[in-house]
Amino acid sequence: MKLNVNGESVEVEVSEDTPLLWVLRDHLQLTGTKFGCGVAQCGACTVHLEGAPLRSCVTPVHEVVDKDITTIEGVGRDGLNPVQQAWIDHAVPQCGYCQSGQIMSAIALLRFKPDPTDDDIDAAMSGNICRCGTYPRIRKAIQAAAAQLREADGE
Amino acid sequence: MANRLLFLGILAATAWAADPPTDPTETPVVPPELTVPEAEGLAAFSDIYRVTQSPRCMNCHPAGDAPLQTDLSIPHSMGVTRNSVYVGLMCSTCHRSKGLGHTLPHLPPADPHWRMPDAIQGFQGRTEAELCRQLADPEQTGDRNLDALTEHVRTDHLLMTSWHSGRTPPPISHGALVKRFEAWAAAGGPCPSE
Repeated sequence: MKLNVNGESVEVEVSEDTPLLWVLRDHLQLTGTKFGCGVAQCGACTVHLEGAPLRSCVTPVHEVVDKDITTIEGVGRDGLNPVQQAWIDHAVPQCGYCQSGQIMSAIALLRFKPDPTDDDIDAAMSGNICRCGTYPRIRKAIQAAAAQLREADGE
Repeated sequence: MANRLLFLGILAATAWAADPPTDPTETPVVPPELTVPEAEGLAAFSDIYRVTQSPRCMNCHPAGDAPLQTDLSIPHSMGVTRNSVYVGLMCSTCHRSKGLGHTLPHLPPADPHWRMPDAIQGFQGRTEAELCRQLADPEQTGDRNLDALTEHVRTDHLLMTSWHSGRTPPPISHGALVKRFEAWAAAGGPCPSE
């Protein structure tokens, strides 16, 4: 089975109903994407499919053949994404387990809504659970990243 | 003056007598023949209404912007609404096309076209008469007349997940629902009074 992951074409030999998450973690050793609940309820396994967020734990791998998949490893390859930088600047992670999923959802949000309100952030991020309760810092970091991206776009 | 009136009179008579312009490609509009008695159509709609009020149908046709979930029809977890797509949270983020939800319990049910209908297509909180008028009005059904609505019920695979995703199904079978729609449409889509 041929997959496009982080800009590279890779072959994997797995049964077609294997969840994408397990292909990423066990077959491609891309362990930045986490297993949280396994039923699309927590967001820890979020990756991008053609730029939109996707819960990889409930996605059979045959659904994403020949489509562009981006994981947290692919986001920071050419220097930190502004969202990642804001995560550091605002000391967002506490235990850190949810953060790759949070960052993937935040990047998608800013792609769809470059100038999000706090309500937009809550609407986009409410499927990503943080057991440490760092939501206020997540909100601040997303606002900071949004401001930085707008500045880079010359606004 | 008399000549002018005569000319106008002839013109009006000609216009009245002339056949309407015809377009050979256009199918003439003929009122549908009603092949089912009104009482039978009304009885069929009663069953249709019962189905629309089941959680499997109403949960995606709520009165508000938030889809509902479970047999209790509680608002969708994670604050999901029909507007979530505008901030990048798609139905397909969790509801996959042939996701594992088809085969394992407690996973989001799956279909390639998982989505909410337009806000005016809500079922929740409608009386039988209100919902009947709504479904009989193509402006409130995405331009579907009664036949198109019946076809939608017969073939839409998102709708059919209601019967095969392991959750409590609607009160009658999918085949029975299609027959009720056929009967209601064949009766001309009669609606109960309030």
